[in-house]
Amino acid sequence: MAKSNKPIVWGLFAAGGTISAFVVPAMILVTGLLVPLGVFGEDAMSYERMTAFLGNWIVKVVLLGVVILTLWHAAHRLRVTAHDFGIRSDGTIAMGVYGFAGLFSVIALFAVLAI
Amino acid sequence: MSRKPYVREVPKTTWYMRNGRYMRYMAREVTCVFLALYMAGLVIGLVRLMQGPEAWQSYLAGLSSPVAILFHLIAFGFACYHATSWFNVTPKAMRIPQGDGFVPGKTIVGAHYGLWGAASLVIIVLMGVL
Repeated sequence: MAKSNKPIVWGLFAAGGTISAFVVPAMILVTGLLVPLGVFGEDAMSYERMTAFLGNWIVKVVLLGVVILTLWHAAHRLRVTAHDFGIRSDGTIAMGVYGFAGLFSVIALFAVLAI
Repeated sequence: MSRKPYVREVPKTTWYMRNGRYMRYMAREVTCVFLALYMAGLVIGLVRLMQGPEAWQSYLAGLSSPVAILFHLIAFGFACYHATSWFNVTPKAMRIPQGDGFVPGKTIVGAHYGLWGAASLVIIVLMGVL
């Protein structure tokens, strides 16, 4: 049987799609809307609270998992969707989308480990 | 062979605009752009947090700007559309044997929605007590 990287690519895509479906709507609601609009009070995401929260190793691992898998999911889906928008240069698109996901994954890893 | 074969014209970049079903398909696919942008913003937030209290404070101020609120409102809509479209097709990917047949699709979709609600509640409550 010919070797293919499709199962890995697809497995990660599906994992990212599932995890992001469960948690990203609530994350956006909290970090992008409720907290900035002051629903949880003035210091809901204060520096002290956030550094304490991210000081926990379980939080670090879970957050990194969510961020990296979601970025991968989005990159892979956008690569396929680019074709539907009439863009036929798959190689360039693949480099761009996977590069974006990879770059932000590495930055996230360094930042989370340093906090 | 026909001398005048019928070639149905399909505009390469706007084909999905003439049918609601295609539009919903494209909307579903485009949800990934908003997921990626939100995650990129979150990663920038992690960097700002790493840089110290002042950097974090200016990041928080940015989150309160009208542009950021508007972006997150739109991103929230697309994230919810991603979640519902993803959960609605789960029976296609999960065939769970039960007796002589399979667990009905509605049960599988319902379980996902239930878990989604529970996970969302945990995240919101966690933020409230943090």
